[in-house]
Amino acid sequence: MLHVKNLTASIGDAAILKGLDLDVGAGEVHAIMGPNGSGKSTFAHTLAGRDGYEIGGTVTLDGANLLDMEPEERAAAGVFMGFQYPVEIPGVNNMYFLRTALNSVRRTRGDDEIGARDFLKIAEEAMELVEMKQDFLYRSVNAGFSGGEKKRNEILQMAVMQPKLAVLDETDSGLDIDALRVVAAGVNALRGPDRSMIVITHYQRLLDYIKPDFVHVLVDGKIVESGDHTLALHLEDHGYADFVNHDLDDSPLSGANA
Amino acid sequence: MQGIEELTEASYEYGFSTDLDTDIAPPGLTEETVRLISAKKDEPDWLLEWRLKAFAAWQKMDEPDWAKLKIAPIDYQSISYWAAPKQKPVLDSMDDVDPDIREMFDKLGIPLHEQKMLSNVAVDAIVDSVSVTTTFKETLAEAGVIFCSFSEAVQDHPDLVREHLGSVVPVRDNFFAALNSAVFSDGSFCYIPKGVRCPMELSTYFRINSMNTGQFERTLIVAEDDSHVSYLEGCTAPQRDENQLHAAVVELVAKDRSEIKYSTVQNWYPGDENGVGGIYNFVTKRGRAHTDAKISWTQVETGSAITWKYPSVILQGDRSIGEFYSVALTSKHQQADTGTKMIHIGADTTSSIISKGISAAKGQNTYRGLVKIMRSAENARNYTQCDSLLLGKDCGAHTVPYIEVKNPTAQVEHEASTSTVGEDQLYYCRQRGMNEEDAMAMIVNGFCREVFNELPMEFAVEAQRLLSVSLEGSVG
Repeated sequence: MLHVKNLTASIGDAAILKGLDLDVGAGEVHAIMGPNGSGKSTFAHTLAGRDGYEIGGTVTLDGANLLDMEPEERAAAGVFMGFQYPVEIPGVNNMYFLRTALNSVRRTRGDDEIGARDFLKIAEEAMELVEMKQDFLYRSVNAGFSGGEKKRNEILQMAVMQPKLAVLDETDSGLDIDALRVVAAGVNALRGPDRSMIVITHYQRLLDYIKPDFVHVLVDGKIVESGDHTLALHLEDHGYADFVNHDLDDSPLSGANA
Repeated sequence: MQGIEELTEASYEYGFSTDLDTDIAPPGLTEETVRLISAKKDEPDWLLEWRLKAFAAWQKMDEPDWAKLKIAPIDYQSISYWAAPKQKPVLDSMDDVDPDIREMFDKLGIPLHEQKMLSNVAVDAIVDSVSVTTTFKETLAEAGVIFCSFSEAVQDHPDLVREHLGSVVPVRDNFFAALNSAVFSDGSFCYIPKGVRCPMELSTYFRINSMNTGQFERTLIVAEDDSHVSYLEGCTAPQRDENQLHAAVVELVAKDRSEIKYSTVQNWYPGDENGVGGIYNFVTKRGRAHTDAKISWTQVETGSAITWKYPSVILQGDRSIGEFYSVALTSKHQQADTGTKMIHIGADTTSSIISKGISAAKGQNTYRGLVKIMRSAENARNYTQCDSLLLGKDCGAHTVPYIEVKNPTAQVEHEASTSTVGEDQLYYCRQRGMNEEDAMAMIVNGFCREVFNELPMEFAVEAQRLLSVSLEGSVG
């Protein structure tokens, strides 16, 4: 599935990712945790193809080199990103947006486009997953949505797009407990043997609802620790201090080496 | 990733010109020119006098300089004021239309064959300065609706023309209106009798074809008491290196309880990406709404190098309603200074203004609007919303609202916003699989939604397509 090797990303002189390695197998859910500023969101955007980074290393999805592709080509290859801050597009109706998105990737893949009526069925099924009412489809994309509605809309889009690889960037941020439950239930329903997920989060709370197969700790642009879901529980109790302190100049270790 | 600048470099698909045998007057403007035009059209004396009065007024006037437009000086003596495709003067049927002209309109997507027409729309086709044909005349006549070229109206309905011509836009109104009044060559005339709901959409399609000519047409629409009409106007011009002058006047008279809906999709040649060529579009459009009447202007302005245009409503009768919905797009080196005037005279009059300005490349876009509440206008209300969208770093958006209130019972609201199409919006759409052009078109169309909703269906589709084409780049 996804192979990330020695991935680096920088903006100008600032290095953000400093040699990240990660392998995600088909059907696996990987959680990436880390303190603020460790490069979690940058990693997600690097996979999705956001402009503005200097990138090094390799990223392949089913053998195809993602780093050579435009964002829309990556989408057609099966990459979906759930945004931490979903973008508002006033005046564009949600359903139209979704259908255009789905048909765009279908066109690129050489599949037939889906007509309005058939699409409505797909959308309605997806909406049940995230407990949304019909009127949601006819509102403008994310415009005037509450934080919870925006995140639910991301999961709705994921359900429609049926990606091979879903990268969910801080999907839990800004959600109250009920919204979190709905979003997590949607994500769990979309788990499957052919779909891999990377769930990026700051807090372990989300992982009570979405049980990851693997947990990785990202600190200062590198994965410093990997384990199963018990690693997340450890982080909950001890924070990131264990991992962060190694790099501090005034720590006993660095003092001894000096 | 492609930059927004590249995406907004558009191609102009109507830039072809047609080789027509054209009767063209030598350049220059004197009283003789005015007399020549009037004589060519075999006009009655009163109309010649009217033209001469306008010409005399124009000579004493100066070009307006208050708009936020940079315009190279216009040499009014280097322009030809009369150009007409040579063909039979009177057309009995569509088959009499010059095949070259018909082909030109086919190419523009405006079939002049009634059988071929897609929908319920009657068309008056105007090339350079004259009307070449009007479709569906008989069908309309059965309903009592008069829809014909201005020249025919002068011959066949002189009393109606004489009564209303200049009643909304007087000859001395402004420099360009005075010029138009002196030299206008043709245009459309439309009369809806009392209590009639016009059975189809009426439309005029303007095409500039000849070189070095100005186009000066005049549209007059009269809606009698309790009548209703929806009118569409479209315009294109060939791609040429010279600037061409277009100075039109549109007058609407909406009598008691009548309604006129006037929609424009203006796509004159905008010039190239270096700012060479393009139409100078100076247009005066105004309507007078009598008691309980409603006038609604909707415009989508994507063409022209210069647009100077303020479709306005004089809310004369009590409870009359004025509306202005506008999308103006400036790309390349285009400049637009456009907006409206709502003059509230009657009591309980209401007006609403929704303006959407889109600036791309080196385009400059100004909304200029006047809301004037006269002393007599008890309980007048206005709502204005001006939104500007910037695509790129070298373009500009400006909002210049004027509000004059002389009656303390008035309620006037003004909202304005400026936003950019963010790279984040484009990225979001692309992450969902859309290419950059489709994403841009979707975002911009979304921004214009409230205005497009006001357009008749055929025009809304056309407007969306046009906007996409105008923003089209060379993504490869």
